[in-house]
Amino acid sequence: MTAVVETHDLTVRYSGATALDGVDLTVHDHEMVALIGANGAGKSTLVKALSGLIRPASGTITVNGRLAQVPEGREMFGDLTVDDNLRLGGWRNGRHGRDTTAIYDLLPELTTVRHRKAGALSGGQQQMVAIGRALMARPDILVIDELSLGLAPLIVTTLVDHLRTLNTDRGLAVLLIEQNARLALDLCDRAYVLEAGRIALQGPAATLADDPRVAAAYLGGHVAVTP
Amino acid sequence: MSDLIGYLLTGLGIGAGFALVGSGLVAIYRVTRVVNFAQGGFAVLAAMLTSSLLGAGLPHGVAELGGVALGALAGLIVGVVAIGRPGTSPGTSLIVTLGMGVLAYAIEVLIWGDQPRSYPGVTGVAEVAGARFPAHYLLILAVTAPVFLLMAWFFTRTDLGKALSACASNRYAAQVVGIDIRRMGLLAFAIGGALGGLAGVLTTPVQQVTFDSDVTLIVNGFAAAVLGGLTRPVVALAGGLLLGVTQTLAAGYGGGAYQVEVALVLMLTVMIVQAARTGPVPETAR
Repeated sequence: MTAVVETHDLTVRYSGATALDGVDLTVHDHEMVALIGANGAGKSTLVKALSGLIRPASGTITVNGRLAQVPEGREMFGDLTVDDNLRLGGWRNGRHGRDTTAIYDLLPELTTVRHRKAGALSGGQQQMVAIGRALMARPDILVIDELSLGLAPLIVTTLVDHLRTLNTDRGLAVLLIEQNARLALDLCDRAYVLEAGRIALQGPAATLADDPRVAAAYLGGHVAVTP
Repeated sequence: MSDLIGYLLTGLGIGAGFALVGSGLVAIYRVTRVVNFAQGGFAVLAAMLTSSLLGAGLPHGVAELGGVALGALAGLIVGVVAIGRPGTSPGTSLIVTLGMGVLAYAIEVLIWGDQPRSYPGVTGVAEVAGARFPAHYLLILAVTAPVFLLMAWFFTRTDLGKALSACASNRYAAQVVGIDIRRMGLLAFAIGGALGGLAGVLTTPVQQVTFDSDVTLIVNGFAAAVLGGLTRPVVALAGGLLLGVTQTLAAGYGGGAYQVEVALVLMLTVMIVQAARTGPVPETAR
């Protein structure tokens, strides 16, 4: 297995305050990795650093292949159509890499709304557009900042199914940043727990789900009952 | 009746100039959130250069294109100074554009002096439904209309235009998909410069240009742009035309001395109404 994304001793500071402190994190190809942690733990900072939107104070980030981001809050181009949102996802590919047809095959729910303004869609539809827009970049790894936040459970299930398919059929690696720790640990192979800018715990998702510290802090105090 | 038609058509011609300046302001503001107070200067520079090029014997068309190109270049330069440094706030950039506008005065006076300049456009008198007026006004309209259609096509049908609209819609998302928002901002400044330049070269044959003609243009252009909250080019177009017609009617039936005041009163009214409706700042920069 080769690493698609690897950070080594990654440190990010905002005007003196340390947001990330010596983070070592690896995502291998074909792997789904969860990053869980409380508000303010530094999850979004890590996403921005991985996407190159903020510069680390020290440490290294290595990305082998293409990385695309599904940003927190979905961040639509609200007054552009769904199709234009998708097209702009392929901005870096150049003119010939901006054909959106393949996305409608992957996410058929978008076909009926392709000419509607993205700002007029429901939260679930917008999240699907955000995923489709990121897929337009033909990524090797998808970094998803909050998949389920504010969405109805049924919609989250649909999104999760799509991600599983993309992962198994296309070998897409996923780094999932998620408030809903149970969802993230169920879906992913491995997980990291971020606390106050440091990696506090890491390991196979199933092992972390059984860890009493994780259960107490992120799973509502109950260890998931496994038969 | 023929008076009225004459006033309407010349008003539309004058208004086309305001609309071009106003839509240049909108093009820049949407992408950068900067109100560009150097906008009127692009028109003056373009008109001055065109008069020199025509004086040097260049044919019509080539000279005007040279003027528009200088407008675009001036726009780009103002853009580089105003937003070139990452992290410059829109408020700071606004002050920079004011400074660049004053600098443009100095350059214009040094090169072209402080006397009014003009050059002949389409000569002769046109007659529409009994109204007689300088035929050049028809040229202004004949050029402005396709330019606005071209802009609409560019911003909604081309990927580059969509990327500019994307910056206007959501700057953060634009960065996420890999759009260089600073380069898009500079492109917007160049487009604004070209539109301002076009306003200058088109209207100079019917309205002399001096180094400080930019004040009239920016006041009217800003009034047109502010009608659409500085973000809606179609409203800026309609606003510019409306202002031109209103002023020509005011001058025709009232007195010519009140033309700029018409724009100021209209702009103030719109701003007060909008502020009362949506709060003082229409949209905060992210």
